[in-house]
Amino acid sequence: MSTTLIAEQLLNGLQFGLMLFLIAAGLTLVFGILDILNVAHGSLYMAGAYVAAQTMQVTDSFLAAVIVAAVVTGAVGLVLELVLIRRLVVRDHLAQVLGTFAIILIANDVVKMIWGPAPMMMSMPPALSGPVQLLPELLYPAYRLLIIAVGLAAALGLYLFVTRTRAGVLVRAGASNRQMATLMGVRVPLLFLGVFVLGAMLAALAGALLGPVTAIQTGMGEQILILVLVCIVIGGIGSIRGAFVGALLVGFVDTAGRAFLPALLKLFFSPAVASSVGPTLAALSIYILMAVVLVFRPSGLFPARG
Amino acid sequence: MRLMRQLLVMAALLPGLAFAQAPIKVGIANDLSGPFAALGAEARDGFNLAIKQLGGKLGGKPAEFLQTDMGGNPDQARQLVNRYIQRDKIDFFTGPIGSNVALAVGPVLFAAKIPYLSNNPGPSQFAGAQCNDYWFGVSYQNDAFHEAAGKVAADRGYKKMVIMAPDYPAGKDALNGFKRGFKNAVGQEIYTKLGQIDYAAELAQLRDAKPDAVYIFLPGGMGINFIKQFVSAGLNQSIKLVGPGFSADEDVIRAVGEPMLGMFNTAQWAHDLDNQQNKKFVEAFRKEYKNRTPSVYAAQAYDVIMAIDAAVKATDGKVSDRAAVLVALKKADFASVRGPFKYGANNFPIQPYYVRVIEKAPDGQITNKLVGKVFESYQDVYVGECKK
Amino acid sequence: MQEATNSSVWRSMAPTLLGLLLLLVFPLVAPALNLEFYVSFVRRLLIFALAATSLNFILGYGGMVALGHAAFFGAGAYVAAILSVQGISQALVAWPAAIAVAGALAFVIGIISLRTRGVYFIMITLAFAQMVFYLFISLRQYGGEDGISLSSPAQFPGLNLADDKTFYYVVLVIVVTCIWWLNRLIQARFGQALQGIRENEARMEALGYPVFRIKLLAFVIAGAMAGLAGALLAQHNQFVSPSLMHWTASANLIIMVIVGGIGLRYGGLVGAAVMLWLEEVLRLYTDYWHLPLGVLLLAIVLFAPRGLAGIWDSVSSRRRANTVKQERV
Repeated sequence: MSTTLIAEQLLNGLQFGLMLFLIAAGLTLVFGILDILNVAHGSLYMAGAYVAAQTMQVTDSFLAAVIVAAVVTGAVGLVLELVLIRRLVVRDHLAQVLGTFAIILIANDVVKMIWGPAPMMMSMPPALSGPVQLLPELLYPAYRLLIIAVGLAAALGLYLFVTRTRAGVLVRAGASNRQMATLMGVRVPLLFLGVFVLGAMLAALAGALLGPVTAIQTGMGEQILILVLVCIVIGGIGSIRGAFVGALLVGFVDTAGRAFLPALLKLFFSPAVASSVGPTLAALSIYILMAVVLVFRPSGLFPARG
Repeated sequence: MRLMRQLLVMAALLPGLAFAQAPIKVGIANDLSGPFAALGAEARDGFNLAIKQLGGKLGGKPAEFLQTDMGGNPDQARQLVNRYIQRDKIDFFTGPIGSNVALAVGPVLFAAKIPYLSNNPGPSQFAGAQCNDYWFGVSYQNDAFHEAAGKVAADRGYKKMVIMAPDYPAGKDALNGFKRGFKNAVGQEIYTKLGQIDYAAELAQLRDAKPDAVYIFLPGGMGINFIKQFVSAGLNQSIKLVGPGFSADEDVIRAVGEPMLGMFNTAQWAHDLDNQQNKKFVEAFRKEYKNRTPSVYAAQAYDVIMAIDAAVKATDGKVSDRAAVLVALKKADFASVRGPFKYGANNFPIQPYYVRVIEKAPDGQITNKLVGKVFESYQDVYVGECKK
Repeated sequence: MQEATNSSVWRSMAPTLLGLLLLLVFPLVAPALNLEFYVSFVRRLLIFALAATSLNFILGYGGMVALGHAAFFGAGAYVAAILSVQGISQALVAWPAAIAVAGALAFVIGIISLRTRGVYFIMITLAFAQMVFYLFISLRQYGGEDGISLSSPAQFPGLNLADDKTFYYVVLVIVVTCIWWLNRLIQARFGQALQGIRENEARMEALGYPVFRIKLLAFVIAGAMAGLAGALLAQHNQFVSPSLMHWTASANLIIMVIVGGIGLRYGGLVGAAVMLWLEEVLRLYTDYWHLPLGVLLLAIVLFAPRGLAGIWDSVSSRRRANTVKQERV
């Protein structure tokens, strides 16, 4: 196996991890601040992708697609928070999971009613549709480099927001002690609304960004939601740092599993066994990782609350 | 006196009333939610076009078409079929897109002596060891598309191949089928995860292996994901893409678009296949569904209804005589959009397979173009195992 | 006073007895009403009611939100199917085997998962269910994604399980027995301890209860019972496939428990009945049947957190309170 291939696979692991982080960030932010596990986050991601695809088809501009997707999904998030989420915030986790699961059911049918059951087309912006020469032997898709860039930017941005800005400090205050924050004049409900809308916009950004490289169809949210949940559980729910580490771990383990496991097994076992056991193990690898992490750290690697 | 006359009239009419026919019932289990929703919608459109053209009748006799969604779930499909058999008392069955559902509901239908005409799945089990008189694989046998693709790859002179499929029995069957058609040794076999979204790792392996072509069996969203990412990685410049018809039909083209140009794929039908029935079908489909070109799923569904219609006509509507219905169905005396149609011993078709390439048509639309014939009359390899 | 107590006991048991009577009589009158199909429909409903009730035991009474319960359901189904394909179709062998394997699986998963709390517990049970799901999908010899058909209907000494009605009564007896047994367990010391743990785990620990062991035992019992339901479903469908273990199947079970009434005696039964019946009916009228289901779930979560059985409970308790008030006057 050449060093170029290994380098490329590492880059792939990073890219997949950052892809997952974009979606995980919004979810864990909402959980950390509002203490609600919003499984409909996948539906917001789906909404972002659909709106972006539709905008792209009408305007042919990728930038417009991303912006419109973020704005529209942010608006949907706003309505959702006012109508439903604030009622679920005071309930137990099971009620939250079920209430937001109901949203998934409704959203899938609504999307099907508007756009039909066939997958939507979203073409890649021509400027980014080809590969870029990183190393003499290594051609890497330009679009994936964009994903890496946006992912890192989002991570940095969120970190700065939460630790350096006044709004971020208020958000953390509201999370750690709601009553005290209210007594000190912080409008906690407004804060929570803002955080939820931010989470929705992050999901939409992820959806718009991944639209050109994934299938845009009903149920796309749930497919990726499982992976994202694994990321934030490993990292520690509620912690942005945890989501980042968890997503990168999942990205690397999953990519390495698919890239190297079959070859590794071939060293010890017959090709027939390697090709039948390898992919299965690779598919299970991230769940095994999560189980192992939870055995030693039952609250994840960087739990936000003790 | 008047009463007597009225009674006489009624008595004269009575025999006619007694023989007034119950409508012929066709139970259709649609796949409208779940993993095959897009394909199921295509099939449903094919069904509805045929039903509309026949005026809701079969063989000229009144008919009822029951359509219900079972979401691609074998357990729910089983329950639906039970309802169709026990409550609605259907005479024919069709609808599912996935092989797993066909395998789940087949035995029940066969035991109840209800002909099941398949508008898509062609599991090898029903072609071989579990073949049954009540099964009609109108569409194709699952391995066929892959064997044809293998031959295409060999014919086009691809020496080094990488082949990919998801890690489940249908995937393994597909790649085995391809290898049978290809005949030479394949460079690398890659198995991916069912429902996998990101193929960067596999694409890196592909780039490292530098094959002449890559063959993919990645149904549904998986194929869309892969093709988009394959082109984005620039691999389509140096590696040719070959796939079975289901990964490259009109529905996938509508979702992916330009990146698919140049992809070779194999199928037993193409929308530009040159026969009367097909031309009429494509034109009618475009007219009915806002200028949309039909996919192979719509064509297969359409054929199923027409096949039932022909069989009912041949038995003059006496569908309760199952033996006669089976004979009529086997004879397949209907005008298929694929041209002349005939069954092999195991009720799977012996038919030609074509190779198509995705091109930009003169009117700017991206679509499949028929470029050649791969097999003249292909019969599946499982027919020998069928001992009826 | 004595008379009043007796009559109130009868009144509280009346719905249960009525329901039981209806279930007993139904297959006998069904042919006359042209409802033969519904015998197998109600039978399937009872099987899912069993699975939902087993989940309600740990979810409602134990406070353990297990999002991977379908793994035990599917495991039991697969055990029955695999044994059948290997030639063993004796129900008295296959069904206990299903119970044992599902219970063992629950033991392994429980020992690891029960160390975690809250959302993490939800996630880790989900992860294990996913592992089981992917494992079965890739197993070629057991059909993989295609699933496997049973070789023949299960054999029960003296009864012909291939007959719709006979199997219906067998299922009815099994399900009623299991629900009755679980209800007794809930009222016994074990069940009371379990509920105590749900209320306040720290207090129970302090009081000296073996909290972990109690939770694990409850988890295993629930898993084993779900395995039994799975074996029954295998016989009902004569077919099993990995879709039984998909995470949406687990979610459906939880939804049944919530809709029916979490922590209420017949929550699983009511929930299964309502959800399965709704799915059947809605599908007849529209292809977009997920939407009304989602709306119902949302309504229950927001406005009727104790589920439909909970509404019945509060209505009947209010009526009893009114009656008492009137008597007092």
